[in-house]
Amino acid sequence: MTVMKENEIKEVIFGILKRLAPESEPRELAPDENIRKALDIDSFDALNFFVRIDEELGVSVPEADYGKLNTLSEMLAYFSRRLA
Amino acid sequence: MAEFRMPSLGSDMQAGTLIEWRVQQGDRVQRRDVIAVVETDKAAIEIEVYEDGVVESLLVEPGEKVAVGTVMAVIGTEAAKEQAEPTATAAPEVHRGKVSPYARKLAAERGVDLNTVVGTGPDGAICAADIEQAAAAKPSEPEKPAKPAEPAEPSKPAEPPGKDHQAAMRRAIASAMARSKREIPHYYLQTRIDMHRTLAWLASENAQRPIKERILPVVPLIRAVALALGEVPELNGHWIDDQHRISEAMHIGFVIALRQGGLMAPAILHADALSMDELMTALRDLIQRARSGGLRSTEMTDATVTITNLGDLGVETVYGVIYPPQVALVGFGKIIEQPWAEDGMLGVRPVLTATLAADHRATDGHRGAQFLDALNRYLQEPAKL
Repeated sequence: MTVMKENEIKEVIFGILKRLAPESEPRELAPDENIRKALDIDSFDALNFFVRIDEELGVSVPEADYGKLNTLSEMLAYFSRRLA
Repeated sequence: MAEFRMPSLGSDMQAGTLIEWRVQQGDRVQRRDVIAVVETDKAAIEIEVYEDGVVESLLVEPGEKVAVGTVMAVIGTEAAKEQAEPTATAAPEVHRGKVSPYARKLAAERGVDLNTVVGTGPDGAICAADIEQAAAAKPSEPEKPAKPAEPAEPSKPAEPPGKDHQAAMRRAIASAMARSKREIPHYYLQTRIDMHRTLAWLASENAQRPIKERILPVVPLIRAVALALGEVPELNGHWIDDQHRISEAMHIGFVIALRQGGLMAPAILHADALSMDELMTALRDLIQRARSGGLRSTEMTDATVTITNLGDLGVETVYGVIYPPQVALVGFGKIIEQPWAEDGMLGVRPVLTATLAADHRATDGHRGAQFLDALNRYLQEPAKL
C-alpha cells in the first residue's frame, strides 16, 4: 500500500477547501492559521469537509477529533499519522 | 382555468425576471411542480404551481421583468373550481353592465370594484385588461393571506437583474429589516440553557454514526423549537392586516449566510413532522441549495417562524430582527463553558444563550417566556427529542 506524501495530502485538503470557499485561495493559508476563521467556514461546511476527507483520503475522523484539526499543520500531522 | 402569477418571494419584492420556463404549452402539471425559474434581488428561485392542470399558454418571455401579481401563464384546470385560498378583500357589489366572466373573476381576486372601472370592450363592456389597469392604479394590492402586502414606499427605478447582485441583495435585506423595525413592536426575552445533556447525547449518537449521518448541534435546537412552538402556537404565524394569523403548518425559516455576503432565510417545510435525521438532511439540502441556487418558491415564502443561529462565531447573544410578516424570531448564540449553579453547588456547563424576538401585537412577554421555558425543558431531555 503506497503511503501518501505530505504534499499529496495537502493537495487534497486544498482541493476540498477550494470547493467549500471558491472565492478564497487555500494555498495562501499559513501553517498555523485557523482555517475556519480564515476561510469563513461554518459548521455545516466543516462537516462537509470531513465527509470529503473520508471520501478522498479514506480517513474517517471521529467527532471528538474535529477540535484538534484547526490548522494545516495539525491536519497534515494527523492525516499522515492515520495514513501511515 | 387558473392564472399563474408572478409570486411575491419576499416581503419587499416588487418584480421578478423570468429566467426560463420549465414547462411548455400542453404539458400536464401537478401541484408543487416547478413551472419556471425566476430571478429576484436575492437569487434565482424555482417557482411552483398551485394546482393540477394543463399549461394552456405562457404569457411572459424569458428575460422579461414583470411586477409581482402579473399573470405569467394560464393553466387549464380539470374542475372549474376557484382557487382554494380565500381572497383578502371583500367582494365588490354586483355590476349591472356587461362584464366578461373572466374579468369578473379577476376583479374579485384583485379587489377591484367593478363600479369604478371604465369598460373598453364592445358596448362599453369591461374586459380583463380594464381590470388589470384598475388594479395597477390602486395604491396597495393585498395578495393571498399567507403573503405580505406591498410596502408603502414608491417603487424603485427598474434595474436589470444580475447587475450588481450584491447591492440588490443588500437593498432587499435593508427594505425588509427597515420595514420590520418600523412596523413591528419588538420585545426581547433571553434565557441561558444548560446544554450538557443534549451535547452528551449528541456525542454518543454521532460516535455510533458514519460521518455522513452525523447530526450537527443546531438540529436538536430546531427540533426543540418545533416542540416548544407546539406548546405556544401563537408564535408560529403571521401578523397581516391588523390580525394575528396563527399557522396550522409549521415551516421553520433558517437563516443562511451567503459567502458573497447577504443572507437568506428559506423555510424547512413542515419541520414539526421531521425526525432529527430528516431535519439534518433537510437542512443540509436547504443550505446547499441556498448557496448554489435551486431554492423553491414555497421555501422562500412560507416560513411561519425563523431561527437564526450564530453559534459558529463568537457571539453569545443574538438580538434579532423579525422577518415580516412573521411574529417571532428565535436566536441562538455560541455554546460557551460557563459557571453554573445548581443544587447549591458551582460547576461549569456548556451554556447556550437563546433569545426570542417577538411581535408585541401578537403575543405578550408571558407567552414568550413560556416558549423559552418549554424550549429549555425539551433540551434537558434530548432522548425524547
